[in-house]
Amino acid sequence: MSKFKQKTQKENPKISTASMPDIIFMLIFFFMVTTVLREVELKIKLRLPQQISEVKKMEKKNLVSYIYVGEPKKQFQKIYGTEPRIQLNDAFGKISDIQKFIELERAARPESDIPFLTTSLKVDKDVKMGIITDIKQELRKANALKINYSARK
Amino acid sequence: MAKRGIPEINAGSMADISFLLLIFFLVATSMDIDSGLMRKLPPWVENLDVKPPEVKRRNVFTVLINANNDLLIQGEWGNIKDLRKKVKEFIENPNDDPNMPEKEIKNIPYFGNYPVSKQVISVQNDRGTKYEIYLKVQNEIVAAYNELREELAQKKFGKSYNKLDEDKREAINLIYPQRISEAEPKNIGGRK
Repeated sequence: MSKFKQKTQKENPKISTASMPDIIFMLIFFFMVTTVLREVELKIKLRLPQQISEVKKMEKKNLVSYIYVGEPKKQFQKIYGTEPRIQLNDAFGKISDIQKFIELERAARPESDIPFLTTSLKVDKDVKMGIITDIKQELRKANALKINYSARK
Repeated sequence: MAKRGIPEINAGSMADISFLLLIFFLVATSMDIDSGLMRKLPPWVENLDVKPPEVKRRNVFTVLINANNDLLIQGEWGNIKDLRKKVKEFIENPNDDPNMPEKEIKNIPYFGNYPVSKQVISVQNDRGTKYEIYLKVQNEIVAAYNELREELAQKKFGKSYNKLDEDKREAINLIYPQRISEAEPKNIGGRK
């Protein structure tokens, strides 16, 4: 008498899909954690310079204020033309607005953080240096001396 | 007779719901990490009558960029690819060339008395220079410094510069201090 009877399998066993939601949830959590929802809507064309080998990662994002420079996007070209413009937060700005912008950025943060504030210049690669120089002079006047030229490896 | 008890909730659609969420986050994700070249601007000076400190001609390495994005390195037409090598050679001045920077013996922790070159790298650009070219030039100069520091770290401590302790790193920074001067830009090529 055989104790171990060969189980005859007529059908393929069904694969359990019960753990599928768990796997998907894991993926969701991964993406949720890595997601940075965009805070400002870009109104300019921004292609960052590539192949800059010495870039460093930016840490402490809450201590960074961003200045965007580039050609206005198509839908804004009727009003603002095609010359490179400056975008401060959500709106187009003028060179003379930069000092005020820095003041506001400073006011929004605790006083102890002010010396560590960095200004990140996100500039389209085809922009001419003239406008950048003007921005730099304004930043010097506003005493915001730590800057970062945004670029990619 | 009918079975009593709580009926099981069908979890079959759970996967679909979570898929929906997954797709939302997939679309909303932008994975790019902010990175860039860190620089420090000089403080604003109100009156320009104060003369800048005199620097000897041999200590200055000049890079000029014009409105057509051409480079003039030390008075010669140059290519961006050669810039790093030239800057490195200039900072290091291995043969004590009289046209290259002077050296000053300084007492530096871990190294003792070490000749430190008095180099200054001067970059001047036109208002019409492209931002990308300007950044590439900056990058090459920073890269030259980083390579020199890395080489020294390997030679002296047998370790990568980034893995050294803070005080050792500072000692190396004293030997190769980053001195990049940016002159006020000129507008020769015309406003564009």
